[in-house]
Amino acid sequence: MKPFAYDRATHPSDIAFADAGAAIIAGGTNLLDLMKLEVMTPDRLFDINRMDLSSIQQTENGGLKVETLVTNSDLAADMRVRQHWPVLSRALLAGASGQLRNKATTGGNLLQRTRCHYFYDTAMPCNKREPGSGCGAMGGVNRINAVLGTSDKCIATHPSDMAVALRALGATVEVRKKSGAVQSLPLGTLYVLPGDTPERETVLEAGDLITAVCLPPPVKGRQIYRKVRDRASYAFALVSVAAVVEVVDGKIARADLAFGGLAPVPWRDGAVEELLIGNAPSTSLFDAAADQLLRTAKGHGGNDFKIPLARRTLKAVLEEATR
Amino acid sequence: MKTDLLINGNRRTLDADNRTSLLDALRHHLGLTGAKKGCDHGQCGACTVLINGRRINACLTLACMHDGDEITTIEGLGSAEALSPMQRAFVNHDGFQCGYCTPGQICSATAMLEEIEAGWPSHVTADMTAKPSLDEHEIGERMSGNLCRCAAYPNIVDAIRDAAWRDQE
Amino acid sequence: MTRHMKMDNADTRRRLDDMVQGAVGAPLDRPDGPLKVTGAAHYAAEQPTDALCYGVLVRAPAAKGRLLNMSTNAVMALPGVLAIVSDERMLRNPAQGTANEAPVQGVHEIAYFGQPVALVVAETFEQARHAAQALQLHIETTDEAALDPLAVEPEIPEDKQSSMGDLDAAMKNAVYRVDETYTTPSHSSAPMEPHASIAQWEGEQLTLRGSYQMLKYNRNELADSLGIEPKNVRILAPYVGGGFGSKLGIAPEAVAAALAAKKLSRPVSVAMTRPHVFETTMRRSETRQRVRLAADAQGRLTGIGHETLVSNLPGERFAEPVTQATAFMYRGENRIIGQKIARLNRTCAGSVRAPGEAVGVTIVENAMDELAEQAGIDPVELRKRNIPEEDPTRQVPFSSHKLAEALDAGARGFGWEKRNAIPKQVRDGEWMIGMGMASAFRVNMLKEAQARVRLNANGTAEIESDQTDIGTGTYAILTQIACDMLGLAPENVTVRLGDTDLPPGSGSGGSFGAASNGTAVFLACEELRLQLATAAGCAEPDLTLKDGKAIVGNRQVIIAELLPSTALEATGHIEPGDASSKVRQATYGAYFAEVAVSAITGETRVRRMTGAFAAGRILNAKTARSQCLGGMVWGIGMALTEALEFDPRYGQIANHDFAEYHIPVNADVPQIDVILLEEHDDWANPLQAKGLGELGICGAGAAITNAIYNATGVRVRDYPATLDKILPGLET
Repeated sequence: MKPFAYDRATHPSDIAFADAGAAIIAGGTNLLDLMKLEVMTPDRLFDINRMDLSSIQQTENGGLKVETLVTNSDLAADMRVRQHWPVLSRALLAGASGQLRNKATTGGNLLQRTRCHYFYDTAMPCNKREPGSGCGAMGGVNRINAVLGTSDKCIATHPSDMAVALRALGATVEVRKKSGAVQSLPLGTLYVLPGDTPERETVLEAGDLITAVCLPPPVKGRQIYRKVRDRASYAFALVSVAAVVEVVDGKIARADLAFGGLAPVPWRDGAVEELLIGNAPSTSLFDAAADQLLRTAKGHGGNDFKIPLARRTLKAVLEEATR
Repeated sequence: MKTDLLINGNRRTLDADNRTSLLDALRHHLGLTGAKKGCDHGQCGACTVLINGRRINACLTLACMHDGDEITTIEGLGSAEALSPMQRAFVNHDGFQCGYCTPGQICSATAMLEEIEAGWPSHVTADMTAKPSLDEHEIGERMSGNLCRCAAYPNIVDAIRDAAWRDQE
Repeated sequence: MTRHMKMDNADTRRRLDDMVQGAVGAPLDRPDGPLKVTGAAHYAAEQPTDALCYGVLVRAPAAKGRLLNMSTNAVMALPGVLAIVSDERMLRNPAQGTANEAPVQGVHEIAYFGQPVALVVAETFEQARHAAQALQLHIETTDEAALDPLAVEPEIPEDKQSSMGDLDAAMKNAVYRVDETYTTPSHSSAPMEPHASIAQWEGEQLTLRGSYQMLKYNRNELADSLGIEPKNVRILAPYVGGGFGSKLGIAPEAVAAALAAKKLSRPVSVAMTRPHVFETTMRRSETRQRVRLAADAQGRLTGIGHETLVSNLPGERFAEPVTQATAFMYRGENRIIGQKIARLNRTCAGSVRAPGEAVGVTIVENAMDELAEQAGIDPVELRKRNIPEEDPTRQVPFSSHKLAEALDAGARGFGWEKRNAIPKQVRDGEWMIGMGMASAFRVNMLKEAQARVRLNANGTAEIESDQTDIGTGTYAILTQIACDMLGLAPENVTVRLGDTDLPPGSGSGGSFGAASNGTAVFLACEELRLQLATAAGCAEPDLTLKDGKAIVGNRQVIIAELLPSTALEATGHIEPGDASSKVRQATYGAYFAEVAVSAITGETRVRRMTGAFAAGRILNAKTARSQCLGGMVWGIGMALTEALEFDPRYGQIANHDFAEYHIPVNADVPQIDVILLEEHDDWANPLQAKGLGELGICGAGAAITNAIYNATGVRVRDYPATLDKILPGLET
């Protein structure tokens, strides 16, 4: 771990001083993990834990505003979330361990980095960690890597479960810009695909702070989070599906679907949802949805299995949700 | 930098490199080696301690972030002469073999029972809004952040249920 | 006084049966338990030490090459840095178990990715860690590294090939035959305590607090590595946070710590990081195993072929003894057993819990399942039909053979009769349910061991040995043996272990610790009993000791009254003898597993498991059961998740941490039933006890993969059975 200056920031304006070499620490469960390995080497840490950003409040429109320092445990256990946005509780509880969820925060969870083996090992090439050094995962051990949204520079996945549920729920992210302005971003627009710059993962700039995540008002329908992994617990998703699905008069009226383990970002594909909506649930419809989801999927050897696995998991989730 | 910590009821002042993890502060600076370092990356749970009553991985937090916090380590739960009910249950049920993951398991289990008491659901809870049960699946899932390579898991589950039942009596 | 015994013949006296204290066999809580559950037991890196500084190992970032130089000056200038040790005495890899001498040394020739090439020492751990990361290495990579076991010309050592009869003819004439090739990946012991040492010198005298399994060997290995006399080395390891083979031989961190401490004249602590443990402690070799089974119409084996390919680093003598049990598992007069060894630039291969049988028995037990299906014979029955009358290879009798009993007891306890033999018949919602079984086999060993027992004037006893307790329960079982032999309550017996100043035990390994060191304690106690009998004026067999009292006829005295004013002391010394060649000694068992496989995702969950084991006299019902549980859970890991994944181009272990090398977590493990059969093996040792630490894993994985077949109709012959290998066989 490289030496750094440590600042306790008590107000969002304090971190406006943050430059590209600085990092914000909240739960720290991923940042410190990576700093120990010197995968991340900030020269200054802004500890935001003393900020007053730990509440969960009902919003005027009936949604929920989850401030950035709310821990994953508290969010999962919040009775409003359990009742009205259970897919979010389910996703949170499918991730990490009790200890990690007690420390990990809402904002931090969104910004966690990939688990790609090559990103984690500084002796390996990785375009995300060291732009231009190459992608070690291509042609290497890539069982856990992405099949959608990749580029020839990077095939890393986004590891969060929570973000997948939030993506399905249509959450927005409240960002306090360096300038002091507050911006509201749909979660889908927070993340950027790797393209030629896999080191850039979000639209955030130095000095920006995620202050909250806002859930839209609850909707009708079944909510499911299904996570497929190697161990029964305490393992990252190989594939995960978050679904909010409503059937009205025998036809699918809503199909908000997001996917984890498949892509560099929590993945959502409007074309899949369009294909489902207005139609009666059937195996052939679900197959068509899977075809649509996976039309551009590309395996890299070790992760080829994720393509059929994603198909099967999506179909099972849709069947369960429309049963 | 200087950090004041309330550890097992005692005020301790740490003056260490700000890179010092809470775990290394305990083990290297404060003479409390009960919390173990199994991976140093939040992947094994051997370092589990309680901060303000909640279980966390001491390896993945900086000591300097915890100025003023109340920290409970395995040494604060009981002593060899006066074991806590959970510690006693681990001995009786052989909930360990080599013993290295054990302090983390016990801290974790102690706080985990509080989480169940508070009604927190888990990944295996069927009804998200009901009070969770204390069956082996719930305990197994909630304790999965504590690896045990000796694989005392069935005995760990038995020990925790035993301690929980005694607690309820 | 020393009582010595060489195990040349069966000892049929069964002296423990004469004792009345009732400690042996009882489920005594571990005496070390209260210290362990309160964090008061000090493991290697935890001994409070003044002026301690910290060292961090630097790994080679290449699988093969030559270290030319490193950025020493720049790193020495970093805050707190005290030394950079990069010395030809440093170890390339750990010593193999019982090596008793230094392993390959040197930092300039790089033989595998992750090899420690330097130690950076600083005032604090934080400084040392950063400095180690900052050290730039200049490595010349000229030759291409050998990374693929199938791409190199393997060695075919003559002494590892054997044959009997004509297997080809047997295969041709067989009514049922299996000829399949299976693979298992590399595994890591991954004990929870990373390998760690604190080295401290006083003049020429080195004290090392380490995490080691076999101290009498480790002392010699460390001395040889450093070029000093063994008498100048003391190793302390009273508590060891798991070993499973990875702490058998002295490892790189110990030698590096000793060199640095000498150089700095200060104590130095070196703990491996978790990636270091994966990269630079022993792995279990990957294996490729061709198994041929030839059987007659009744399913009786006429031939067995077991040919294997394993790997290791150049210059290592160890080769995973995959076929160790194949020689005596089942009948069959025509046999081919062979082994090839590929020399690779991969982390050193060595002993990992149950070397040989863990992977070898597992695969043969998969092949047996395939044969059972083909022949339409129940898998339990097939095994019973193939129990040999005597060791079919060496043609010597079995000392004791309880496989049939274990199969029956396990089948009964598990409810095997409920199994549907036809695959894919049982569903529970989306879950496909299957049952599988396998036999367990493990060779039994006795090793030389000494122990000292002191009976104090106050009637308490102390046991002393350099033997270790790596979680196996040594503290408990030695206590129990002394309790019974001397008629003492457990609280009056103290066991001191893990110090090379104490009499040399066997070390922990190969499941021989309990029997070997237990026998040494037994012998010492026999000698003490003789002296007590003399003092009491009776013959030793007429002396009854119980609850601190000696009973002779109708006379009863406090033991302390028979003692001289000073302590009475005796040393027991056991040596293996001809018994091991006169008979075949082994332990046996049977595993039964029920799995659920998701018909959607191919995820497998073990629902329940039963193991029935015969391992001679059980010394402690509680710790024995725990050993079996642990072994079976390793079987779950081997069957479902564990695999070191090597990059095919760079040769590094891609998943070198606990996030991605998946050992089972609590939720992966169901409640497990363990049935311990009563057995007394007089050929094993005077305790009639045999090894149990490894038996639990010697085929357990096969019960699970066989159950997966029963559930899904998918035979996974390439371990582990991760969902990607099951998916292609599932219906869409």
